[in-house]
Amino acid sequence: MQYIPNIIFLFLLVAGIGYFTKNILKVIRNIKLGKSIKEIDNKAERYANVARIALGQSKMVKRPVSGALHIIVYVGFIVINIEVLEIIIDGLFGTHRVFAFLGPVYDALIAIFEVLAFLVLVGVIAFWLRRNVIKLKRFWANEMKGWPKQDGNIILYFEVVLMILFLTMNGADLALQNMGADHYTQAGSFPISGFLQPLFEGMSEATLILIERAAWWIHIVGILVFLNYLYFSKHLHIMLAFPNVFYGRTTPKGQFKNNETVTAEVKMMMDPNVDPFAAPPADAPAPEKFGASDVMDLNQIQLLNAYTCTECGRCTDECPANKTGKKLSPRKIMMDTRDRLQEVGKNLDANKGVFVPDNKQLLGDYITTEELWACTTCNACVEACPVSIDPLSIIMDMRQYLVMEQSAAPNELNVTMTNIENNGAPWPFNQQDRLNWKND
Amino acid sequence: MSEQLHVPTMAEFMAQGKQPEVLFWVGCAGSFDDRAKKITKAFVKLLNNAGVEFAVLGTEESCTGDPAKRAGNEFLFQMQAVTNIEVMNAYEVKKIVTACPHCFNTINNEYPQLGGNYEVMHHTQFLKSLLNDGRLKVEGGKFKGKKITFHDPCYLGRANGEYEAPRDLLKKLEVELVEMKRCKSKGLCCGAGGAQMFKEPEPGNKDINIERTEEAIETGAKIVAAGCPFCNTMMTDGVKGTGKEGAVEVMDVAEMIASAGEL
Repeated sequence: MQYIPNIIFLFLLVAGIGYFTKNILKVIRNIKLGKSIKEIDNKAERYANVARIALGQSKMVKRPVSGALHIIVYVGFIVINIEVLEIIIDGLFGTHRVFAFLGPVYDALIAIFEVLAFLVLVGVIAFWLRRNVIKLKRFWANEMKGWPKQDGNIILYFEVVLMILFLTMNGADLALQNMGADHYTQAGSFPISGFLQPLFEGMSEATLILIERAAWWIHIVGILVFLNYLYFSKHLHIMLAFPNVFYGRTTPKGQFKNNETVTAEVKMMMDPNVDPFAAPPADAPAPEKFGASDVMDLNQIQLLNAYTCTECGRCTDECPANKTGKKLSPRKIMMDTRDRLQEVGKNLDANKGVFVPDNKQLLGDYITTEELWACTTCNACVEACPVSIDPLSIIMDMRQYLVMEQSAAPNELNVTMTNIENNGAPWPFNQQDRLNWKND
Repeated sequence: MSEQLHVPTMAEFMAQGKQPEVLFWVGCAGSFDDRAKKITKAFVKLLNNAGVEFAVLGTEESCTGDPAKRAGNEFLFQMQAVTNIEVMNAYEVKKIVTACPHCFNTINNEYPQLGGNYEVMHHTQFLKSLLNDGRLKVEGGKFKGKKITFHDPCYLGRANGEYEAPRDLLKKLEVELVEMKRCKSKGLCCGAGGAQMFKEPEPGNKDINIERTEEAIETGAKIVAAGCPFCNTMMTDGVKGTGKEGAVEVMDVAEMIASAGEL
């Protein structure tokens, strides 16, 4: 009988981590629906980027207030996870504060956890106020209505509850320690929950144990629930930010990718030895589609980008088109890509891993041409993203599809392109007049 | 003035069996746009004055393909690129300077994958190197102490990380450089990039160039310095649109240096 809590704990742990793993494998499967990426170069620079941008949060602090608040929550999250390790060992083996043997080191650790937990609480409340009371514009944009807004708040509520439970657990523990209760060894230093002691005054040992145990269990179950919530939320960035920064671009932002299929065709056109009347061999694969109209046409990095986006909206806040009232929002481009990818994933789940056409696609059903044609390719969104997401590359791939597969450029651009083709300039001037300026 | 301009072509250099120090890539705006032609001429004056042996492609130059690529027409872009590369490789071009950040970016970043490998400089970078080598003198002249703000071209700044060369030149002009709220890596686009220059903007509540010009005017600057012919057009239109014509002037950094030295 005495092992029942341990067995329940083991069951919850396996179920929690198991279900999470199942969903993460889905994320990986969905990302792999994208075009595979060529070999990754500049590895040293990429690791340096992970250290600086992801671990070091260097781009977060470009906005000092949200940057500082985020660092508090981020550091708190990472450091307090050491405590989760102890909780798991205690849960599995029925020990209590198994790391207590560390003595003064343990005291210091618990003290640090407590201070961080308090700071996280303050940070999270500040985040909530920014979203719901100050109503920062970027959290109230069109694409944030409904679920995205709720999602942002749910994450904050989770964190508030977890931190309160953690401090309650410690507070009750301290009260029991002071009481000299069995099993509650004198260990740890409690700079924050020490202040909670008056709340526990006059309570019986049994009540305190009940509070301590309840807080302990709800806390660890809460962590497992939160872990599983990630998949259904924008909050996956806490894990994906790291690989995403690794795969972020290392070339100049102005260098747009070269379409190799087109290069092959252009080379053929320029090669005098190519037979212009040659028919393709019978077994030749179908010509590759130009650009992207759906998520499967994007590459794996672009799809990873979509899952990594945590909808902070810094991109949209810097977008010149969005700032002047155009429909384009780089954040929405990322959210749409993720939502469509999730839809495709569910289609796969429902049809034994085979995609059954659903008469929908990213272009038109999610992202409109009006959004795509509003982009000035200024790279402000790419620069603004704290985790190296590139919304511009998706916009460019979709424009390529519109122009090269559908000939659906705005008319003025068709005129421009005809001019370039015929006169070598976007305006209808003769190439022979190109040096006339010299004599003007 | 025009008779003083010395603008040899690559073909002329080749006929003499010589190689110029640098190819000046004029670009479509610099060749055809009335406003941008003034920038071209100002830059040529500076090159002549510094004794730089440069050449242009003249009628052999063609659009780099930047607006086609950014509009989504990769095929047209690559056709333009490959043709230009063939011309430049035939002339054994090593070094290129251009007053257009779009040409600069395309030739520098997108031509190498198609066989065009050159050292490419924006004209502000090139002028700065002339200055450092003592070949060009930059003095404050009529701009000394004047309040001036610099509008970062996206394809020079964010796209290629060059924020300082134009500012260093302005500092040499002894101007009072005031920054807009959104500058350098956070600089706001003028609204022309991504082929927007050649189309009407999508529906919105404001034009991007107006938003940007208002920000420039807010600094109290009398001159908005630019480093891109398209930004120049957009900002000049913005100045007109905000009714500040005559009070605020948009000038390329090269024009400022040329007119400060009364070239």
